[in-house]
Amino acid sequence: MTAPGDDLQITLPEPSTANLNGRATRPAVEASALEARDVKAWFGRSLIVADVNLAMPPGSVTAIIGPSGCGKSTFLRVLNRMHELTPGARLAGDVLLDGQDIYATGSRPARMRLQVGMVFQKPNPFPTMTIGENVLSGLRLAGISVGDKAQVVESRLGQAGLWTEVKDRLREPAGSLSGGQQQRLCIARSLAVSPKVLLMDEPCSALDPSSTKRIEETIRQISTSVTVVIVTHNMQQASRVSDYTAFFLADQGDPGRVVEFGPTREVFSTPNDPRTEDYIHGRFG
Amino acid sequence: MTAVPVLVPPLPTRPSAEPRRLRPGPEALVRPTVIFAAAAAVTGLAFLATALSGTFGYVVCTYFVFVALFAWDTVRREGRTAGWDRVVTVAVATCGLCTIVPLAIIVLYVVTKGIGGLSGNFFKQSMASVGPLDPSSQGGAYHAIIGTVEQVGLAAMIATPLGLLTAVYLSEAEGMARPGKKPRLSRTVRLLVDAMSGIPSIVAGLFIYTMFVIKLHQGYSGLAAALALSVLMLPTVARTGEEVMRIVPGGLREASLALGAPLWRTVLRVLMPAARSGLVTAVVLGVARIAGETAPLLMTALGSDAVNKNPFHGVQSALPLFAFQRMRNAAPSEISRGWAGALVLIALVLTLFTLARVLGSHKRKGA
Ligand SMILES: Nc1ncnc2c1ncn2[C@@H]1O[C@H](COP(=O)(O)OP(=O)(O)OP(=O)(O)O)[C@@H](O)[C@H]1O
Ligand SMILES: [Mg+2]
Repeated sequence: MTAPGDDLQITLPEPSTANLNGRATRPAVEASALEARDVKAWFGRSLIVADVNLAMPPGSVTAIIGPSGCGKSTFLRVLNRMHELTPGARLAGDVLLDGQDIYATGSRPARMRLQVGMVFQKPNPFPTMTIGENVLSGLRLAGISVGDKAQVVESRLGQAGLWTEVKDRLREPAGSLSGGQQQRLCIARSLAVSPKVLLMDEPCSALDPSSTKRIEETIRQISTSVTVVIVTHNMQQASRVSDYTAFFLADQGDPGRVVEFGPTREVFSTPNDPRTEDYIHGRFG
Repeated sequence: MTAVPVLVPPLPTRPSAEPRRLRPGPEALVRPTVIFAAAAAVTGLAFLATALSGTFGYVVCTYFVFVALFAWDTVRREGRTAGWDRVVTVAVATCGLCTIVPLAIIVLYVVTKGIGGLSGNFFKQSMASVGPLDPSSQGGAYHAIIGTVEQVGLAAMIATPLGLLTAVYLSEAEGMARPGKKPRLSRTVRLLVDAMSGIPSIVAGLFIYTMFVIKLHQGYSGLAAALALSVLMLPTVARTGEEVMRIVPGGLREASLALGAPLWRTVLRVLMPAARSGLVTAVVLGVARIAGETAPLLMTALGSDAVNKNPFHGVQSALPLFAFQRMRNAAPSEISRGWAGALVLIALVLTLFTLARVLGSHKRKGA
């Protein structure tokens, strides 16, 4: 198993400014480094995730793959303190955002979550708001004032690949969108607050191939200024979009652990663990 | 070469050629009606031929004979499943009717009894300087209408914010507690609110009487009545509101929190708007609970025959008190005034409900 740490920093590719088709995003917000140290998570008495050590360098895209129920979502929710909102949930270990422990006493979850955004497995736009209001909702909810609202709405919906479809319906309720459109709206909403880290839990599981492609382009594009962690069941997507891949696996009755973590190309071509290879090639129970 | 007719798309037919599919229309009611007539006839014959008698018994027997005949007919024509479907449909419709009919009877009864007492002076005059033997063309419930509007309005103003805050607290206590700690206080609060909703209204009146009217030397007033009423309204608003807040999808709460919103903004901007129509219902139920209360008013507003527009000082009447006091007199004009008061009270509550419904569903965005 590759220990995440110093050697990873060496293999870190240069932040990919090359593939932006000249549309270089303003480096106004610098991406943050995220590091999980000895993370354990429980629901009630049962240990769900154990001994996770992952370092996600600034501006990288990390894919989390693994069979259903092995604790990927749970781990992701530990990274922005959403785990603790579930009654009975407990955790141990540290999560460092730019070296600062987000679980340190006195640290404010709301402020931290403004920097660590999240896109959920199921689309959850705000039903009482219009499409446009949904995009701006993060800013309003965090009490941030924006100058040019129309510009924010257009650029974020554009990044999520939804602008052309909804540009004439911005005043319609978000509930009037299709499931896939709602998911892209949620992605636009998360991007609107300019997070430094974006956690995405199977963001494309409800999307068609062309929207998926658009989201993947967006991920590549924002990864100059945002550190992305994406859970996916789509191996091609993981290999296309990510710089690093972590393979989670939970044996029967055991908590989920990281079996393999390293640069995506190596994980996919020459994995250290035979189970990784089996999983990637679909030879798995 | 084999023909592949199945792969050839059917020729497009003109839209008008295809009969539109409609839900069963009025003609579907013909058969049940015939069967009902048959059931009525059969039961009638049975009543004539045997010792059975009585209108009520006849109606009930007809009903059961009808259900049996209808089920048998449907089973014969459409099979068992359809038969059961019809029986359950009839049963459910009967239940619905059984709830509506008494309500309609009550309202109709009050309307027929009260409409005679309603005249222009009823809304303009008080009962000051009107004797029990004066005709209905004199005196009115103006003072009582003012009292009810002020007392219920004040009570709603007190209990609505408190009740909604309690509702939010009860539904969100887990999110407010420090991670890993059980929200003990919320359980105590919920228990107390539940106990509070069991308080007999006369006790609420007594409580305000001893604490506010006597101990604090405030004397009788509309405000005292409003306080007693708010004690009764608070638990209804709080518990109904809590249930409503709880059915807001958890995904919305998480979405908002994950965007970096503090909990209070999440509640105010996301959860409460999502639960809006339900919260309005909670308040409406609360008002419904108190609008017709008489007992707590007896010791707080006391009742009066004169107009008192100031709810903060002096005795005041209210529509339930008005109806109660008028009905205790034997004079026909007084009785008719009492019914008219009851009618106005019902109308007032109904107007309020309609208003709240309109406000609650107003500007609803999306599903
Ligand atoms: N609220 C909860 N209470 C108790 N157990 C839970 C809860 N949520 C998840 N679990 C359990 O934790 C384990 C990991 O769940 P998790 O959602 O993290 O899986 P996952 O890897 O994201 O799976 P999937 O790929 O299907 O989304 C599962 O065994 C699940 O049953
Ligand atoms: Mg999951």
